[in-house]
Amino acid sequence: MLATAVIMFREVLEASLIIAIVLGASRGIVNRGRWVAAGITLGLLGASIVAILANVASSEFSGNGQALLNAVILLSAVAMLTWHNVWMSAHGKQLSSEVKAVGTGVQSGQRPMTALLIITLVAVMREGSEAVLFLWAIATGGEQSINMLMGGLGGVVVGILVGLLLYIGLLRIPTRHFFSVTSWLILLLAAGLAAQAAGFLNQLGLLPALGNGLWNTSGILSQNSLIGQFLHILIGYIARPSGIQVVFYVGTLLSIFLLMRVYGGNRKAQVKPIENRC
Amino acid sequence: MRILLSLLVGVFALHNPVLAADEPTASLVVDHQKFVPAQLSIPAASKTKVVIRNQDAMPIEFESYDLSREIVVPGHGEVTIYVGPLDAGSYRFFNDFDHDMQGAIIVKPAAGKGN
Repeated sequence: MLATAVIMFREVLEASLIIAIVLGASRGIVNRGRWVAAGITLGLLGASIVAILANVASSEFSGNGQALLNAVILLSAVAMLTWHNVWMSAHGKQLSSEVKAVGTGVQSGQRPMTALLIITLVAVMREGSEAVLFLWAIATGGEQSINMLMGGLGGVVVGILVGLLLYIGLLRIPTRHFFSVTSWLILLLAAGLAAQAAGFLNQLGLLPALGNGLWNTSGILSQNSLIGQFLHILIGYIARPSGIQVVFYVGTLLSIFLLMRVYGGNRKAQVKPIENRC
Repeated sequence: MRILLSLLVGVFALHNPVLAADEPTASLVVDHQKFVPAQLSIPAASKTKVVIRNQDAMPIEFESYDLSREIVVPGHGEVTIYVGPLDAGSYRFFNDFDHDMQGAIIVKPAAGKGN
């Protein structure tokens, strides 16, 4: 039962943290809740479809389709996070002052609503399909199944709670710094997702590895540990990365950063590079 | 005996252009909630195709932090992934749906002689 809870917790955690960050980062945008909720609903639907497809042993999908879909999902999330961040760097100041005032929304510019929807959709869909597959497997697995399902449910609840905690924590950041903190979070998140996508494309044999295990820090911080896993989701920590993953990570980081600079000229003062890590 | 065997394998490889031209293939089986073999040897410095066949009814998720690999293998299903080229060493993997199921890909240093 505990094992099931832990597995489900891990599956839910990624989506939960991503949604928390996106919710935080889109603070002050009208109707964002509705768009995020729609994203979650569609994501669950998508996850169920993927789980069904992946479980049909004979289908082409159960092999490479899965990894390809994961790569596509991750890359579209990266694109949407980029859009969101670039938009925020152009409108953040305005949002910041309005949040300070009453919390009404911005009226000008094209709001990244579709981005919000797609980010939540893919975040839920990706790990969600694995969660559905896993729960389905134990549900049909015999005597222990009720017990295990309860454990799984517990894991889901705890995963969502952790996301909620992150969200509450984010809201406590003073408004002055709020949007620069969230754009940094999104920047690192997007870079990490891009590195994961590179892993999937390499797994399919579509991209060269460019060297496996450029470094190995699993002795210092294992990706299996809770902290390792948090950092993996939040900033894309990989204990033993391949060359192509590092290339994707750094490339994404620099691209988004440059785009933010180009489109968000009016808030240079707020976004100062903290440190260029990889 | 050993030398004879490796000689045979060598001759076979020479006489099988398809196999020789293609990337090396390794196969991993899931049987009664175990990876077989638990220590899967693959050659160094060569991209290798790993075919994972699940003989159980339960789906598994083959995952490896060391290799950044993650793929669901449905019950009675089979998937193919690529790994490497890898440096010599040991790369752990596990079933994300059941962490007691573990194994490792072992990459031996490129053998100079006896082969």
